[in-house]
Amino acid sequence: MKNKSLVSIHDYSKTDYLRIMDLAEEFERNPRNYGNLLTGKVVATLFFEPSTRTRLSFESAVQRLGGRIIGFADSSSSSVSKGETLKDTIKTVSQYSDLIVMRHPIEGSARWASEVSDVPIVNAGDGANQHPTQCLLDLYTMKQTQGKLDNLIITMVGDLKYGRTVHSLIQAMLYFSPSFHFVSPEELKMPNEYKMFLKEKKIPFKEHHDLSEVLKISDIIYVTRVQRERFSDPIEYEKVKNAFVLKNSMLEDTKPGLKILHPLPRVNEINEDVDTNKKAYYFRQALNGVYTRMAIISSILGLK
Amino acid sequence: MEKKNLKELKVSAIKEGTVIDHIPARSLFKVISILELQKMETQITIGYNFESKKLGQKGIIKISDKFLSQKDLNKIALFAPEAKINIIRNYKVIEKNVVQVPDSIEGIVKCMNPKCITNNEDVKTKFTVIEKKNVTLKCKYCEKITDQEHFEMK
Repeated sequence: MKNKSLVSIHDYSKTDYLRIMDLAEEFERNPRNYGNLLTGKVVATLFFEPSTRTRLSFESAVQRLGGRIIGFADSSSSSVSKGETLKDTIKTVSQYSDLIVMRHPIEGSARWASEVSDVPIVNAGDGANQHPTQCLLDLYTMKQTQGKLDNLIITMVGDLKYGRTVHSLIQAMLYFSPSFHFVSPEELKMPNEYKMFLKEKKIPFKEHHDLSEVLKISDIIYVTRVQRERFSDPIEYEKVKNAFVLKNSMLEDTKPGLKILHPLPRVNEINEDVDTNKKAYYFRQALNGVYTRMAIISSILGLK
Repeated sequence: MEKKNLKELKVSAIKEGTVIDHIPARSLFKVISILELQKMETQITIGYNFESKKLGQKGIIKISDKFLSQKDLNKIALFAPEAKINIIRNYKVIEKNVVQVPDSIEGIVKCMNPKCITNNEDVKTKFTVIEKKNVTLKCKYCEKITDQEHFEMK
């Protein structure tokens, strides 16, 4: 992993996943031991499109390890607005920093950046393509809450068509014998290519239109946001927008170990009355993002 | 015998070089461009819209005094998967080859994802070939699939 960019979830092996999770756990247990790990290192956070949550999570990770940060939060405040190519921006910033975290609206931009950069790139989202650190933090969270990653029953709810986090998660879970349940409106069903992938790998999955059918059997419920702009027909959105909302009352008789995850931001797909339920884990999941990113950055910089 | 002679008259024979036959007529000019024939200085004969039992209409290219490498020839596999390559020495075919779809492809075709970096900045396309029969490409940048129906020259 040392000096190697993390652009796609496919860049890491099962061993790499496990290593990142172990390291994240160590950072979580003994945060005080690592406050100077990144002393003297400069990490650039280049956000060509705004994503406050992801950027703050990365910056928090670097700061907790004692590193310094340079960068920008959206492209209007960078030389992109003057017409500079991505290649030139990356090449230049790679002279100033030891590692570049980047988010960009164009798909494949992070892979291209990793080819032209003199320092490793961590992809913090390239359009609808990849967001590997989100996937790793999801794995870490599942392992933390269930004590294992093997043989989990995972229910994915919401926008399964465009949601890149659910697609990456399916592929990363390949190593851990999961079974999946997919609950979504017809228009936002899991794309065929992923269903083919699961069939090929002999991973069981089932599609549902009703959330209540699967709540009781799930170990993990992974909820994603259903966005109005995804629907060609606004009436369709109005019809389904409330059909997939998780409410506290629905969690009765679910497994004691069940945990509800969400990559955030949430709009209304998880009712606020769920927040106080012990099974709600999405804010804790956000904290895990910091530990996971600490693990990724320090591994790439060869410090851990 | 007479029929064969007539066929031969359509494009004159070459003494030494490479003959590429069975190119679908609609792909002929793409093949010319992929092999960058316009940059070559040797004599080249190009036949277009010839009758073909197999392809309907076909194209043929005869390049004198040049022996293209299999690697270069494989580049045309995307547009002429059934092309036959004959190596000619002293008017005789001394070697017959077919083109093979390579494992990876650089340049040549566009990624069909308009949001891909290769369609937004000056970046050469790179693909992994994930299916060779109905050629299917996976972009190394945006990871999206481009299939045979959507091949467009870069």
